Amino acid sequence: MRQKEFFIHYGRQFGTLLGLIVLIIVLWILTPYFLTVSNLLNIAQQTAINAIIAVGMTFVIITAGIDLSVGSILAFSGVVLASVLHTDLPAPIAIIIGLAVGLCCGLVNGLLITLGRLPPFISTLGMMSVARGAALLYSNGRPISGFSPSFRFLATGEVFHIPMPVIIMIFVYIIAHFVLTKTKLGRYTYAIGGNEEAALLSGVNVKFNKAAVYGICGMLSGLAAVILTARLNSAQPIAGIMYELDAIAATVIGGTSLMGGEGTIIGTLIGAFIMGVLRNGLNLLGVSSFIQQIVIGSVIIIAVLVDMALKKRNR
Amino acid sequence: MTSDTILELNHISKTFPGVVALDDVHFDLRKGEVHVLLGENGAGKSTLVKILSGAYQKTSGTILLNQQEIHIKNPKHSQELGISTIYQELNLVPHLSVGENIFLGREPANRFGVVDFKKLFAKAQNILNDFGVLIDARSLVKDLGIAKQQMVEVAKALSLDASIVIMDEPTSALTEQEIEELFKIIKSLKANGISIIYISHRLEEIFEIGDRITVLRDGKWIGTKSIAEVTQSELIRMMVNRELKDKFPKQKAKRGNEVLRIENLSNDHLKEISFSLCVGEVLGIGGLLGSGRTELARAIFGVDKIDSGKIFIKGQNYKIGSPRSSINSGIGYLTEDRKSQGLILNLSVKDNVCLPSINRFSKFGVMNSKKERATVEKYVKELHIKTPGLNQKIMYLSGGNQQKVVMSKWLCSNVDILIFDEPTRGIDVGSKVEIYQLMNRLTAEGVGILMISSELPEILGMSDRILVMHDGRITGEFLTEEATQEMILKCALGA
Repeated sequence: MRQKEFFIHYGRQFGTLLGLIVLIIVLWILTPYFLTVSNLLNIAQQTAINAIIAVGMTFVIITAGIDLSVGSILAFSGVVLASVLHTDLPAPIAIIIGLAVGLCCGLVNGLLITLGRLPPFISTLGMMSVARGAALLYSNGRPISGFSPSFRFLATGEVFHIPMPVIIMIFVYIIAHFVLTKTKLGRYTYAIGGNEEAALLSGVNVKFNKAAVYGICGMLSGLAAVILTARLNSAQPIAGIMYELDAIAATVIGGTSLMGGEGTIIGTLIGAFIMGVLRNGLNLLGVSSFIQQIVIGSVIIIAVLVDMALKKRNR
Repeated sequence: MTSDTILELNHISKTFPGVVALDDVHFDLRKGEVHVLLGENGAGKSTLVKILSGAYQKTSGTILLNQQEIHIKNPKHSQELGISTIYQELNLVPHLSVGENIFLGREPANRFGVVDFKKLFAKAQNILNDFGVLIDARSLVKDLGIAKQQMVEVAKALSLDASIVIMDEPTSALTEQEIEELFKIIKSLKANGISIIYISHRLEEIFEIGDRITVLRDGKWIGTKSIAEVTQSELIRMMVNRELKDKFPKQKAKRGNEVLRIENLSNDHLKEISFSLCVGEVLGIGGLLGSGRTELARAIFGVDKIDSGKIFIKGQNYKIGSPRSSINSGIGYLTEDRKSQGLILNLSVKDNVCLPSINRFSKFGVMNSKKERATVEKYVKELHIKTPGLNQKIMYLSGGNQQKVVMSKWLCSNVDILIFDEPTRGIDVGSKVEIYQLMNRLTAEGVGILMISSELPEILGMSDRILVMHDGRITGEFLTEEATQEMILKCALGA
């Protein structure tokens, strides 16, 4: 019985995982370099930023919401972080401030949605523009560059040959999986997305938990900003454009329903890797970036079509 | 049947899986008459209407329209046959004009497909004028009151050349004056040879507007009478007269101190509600749909705002805040609509049961799954919930089992006061008895129960005391031993 329940719960992920494995095998056949340790670590490193943002997006989408502002929040957090790094304050303080900027932007989203009763699409669309403008205004539209090697270690360093961004990503995924499956907040996240009215009538503080979820999403954008800034040795006010779409794509490919109430962190990780592997493979094959966009867009559509067809059959 | 019979329904039956909604029902409609369909909630009126409007297919029986047998395939087909239905929830597009609504989907257009608005408004205005409706065809629907909007629906029906108009509780949202206006329109429809099937709970207006009346009860045809030859009390008897079978295993519990007292509670839907509830007592709340019973439950539970009034729990003044604070203060609420309000369908049995009492199962925000499983396992066994496992999504359970999960939710949260809103709606007889037995167990354990129900036998069978509501007020209070179905219905109708 336990085994069957496990399969019901994670069956959807096996499908996505199978897709990822097939993709890897195909690329392995087409280009032998693909399946080398250095390339795989390269993929993981490049996927880490999108994967981390997608965690926040997964929380938000499970509550039946959406966050279009993650890319802009990343840029704003990045330039604030960078400017603090250029002062005498120690790097950990700068990082905390960077995360706090993301958290605050996310909480503003959350308050607009709960107390302001705005649809998530509208409030985060507004925040997308406001945070981007704030990033440009704060940095006078210019990148802020040049940081200490100890800060850059967060992106360029390795522990046991594993790049730091990958380690941070794994850490985030373990915590997020724990929160979503083992804590009150996680239970409430599913409950709110599944049926907000019923959740309210069961004593869930819907407003508080929704705001918290958007706060988490913003804070993870801030964390992505830390890694990106360290990797590029520069914070760009125009960084993160279109990141919201990559994060939504990873989440949706990973089986999270835009209708809310369904989704897993593991699925999102697989979804993010499908996107990363696909990009890397197409690059190795020398496919033009124009065609890459078409392929990635098609994969998103096909993944959701297959998902819907499978769900229909299960009913 | 007389020669002016235009619609005749013979031996109509409709069964849903496990439920007989209509059982060998007869109905006939004459040209230019208002034929009232009367019955309690769940008597089968809506099912009959839905068969005529094409929303449901009859299981057996024949329908004759102008002596020709017809098979109504779908709502569009029903309209083409000249049957128009005006539902309680109006189907109008608020941001379009009256004329556009009347001709929605059938706009007069020129050969390039461009709508000829001049012709559209002229035709619409003609229809409205013909029946003495004072509405400008160019005004927007959203600017009209409910009564006027209904008339737009009537005009739409007429533009479809309807010979039969079905009205489902048309006056439930209208003021006295608006009802007058509606009745004028109905009379002019009659004068033009249009027949009307009229559904209403309000006895007084039935006598004013009806010609004949058919009473349904439990899906069966009870009788058809001319309005002139019946009295109110006769109708009430026809509606409720049935045996109280031994479906209610009521066991009286020891009555204790007062656990809940409501004083002068008022808001938009409630007027000066006062009552009290004791430990171990089942207080039944009767009344018709829309009488304010659910609104009362929502106000007490902290979902809807209250304007004035006080609530005392065990003698302590309780300031209503949110459902969370109500649960913490010992109130539980089993909602009327299980699927949209009581359960989170894509969560598991376990997660649904534990939701209101989640603090019992968590420490510093982290869930103790072992404790959860053990507790839920216990309820699944005790209440005989049929589920393949605790992680089964609730949507795959049957209605009765879903309701037992809802019961477990509140058993698990150790509340002192439970509000049951239609606890046995839409579930099979066997599960019903189990739920009544649970209520016995709860009262024996000292819980006070408020039971809202539209089923009079249930109210009489399970309550210790009965309140009846009408129009947001309490219009009657009875000890169950002294109450009869007639008395309750009289108060519920505000008669």
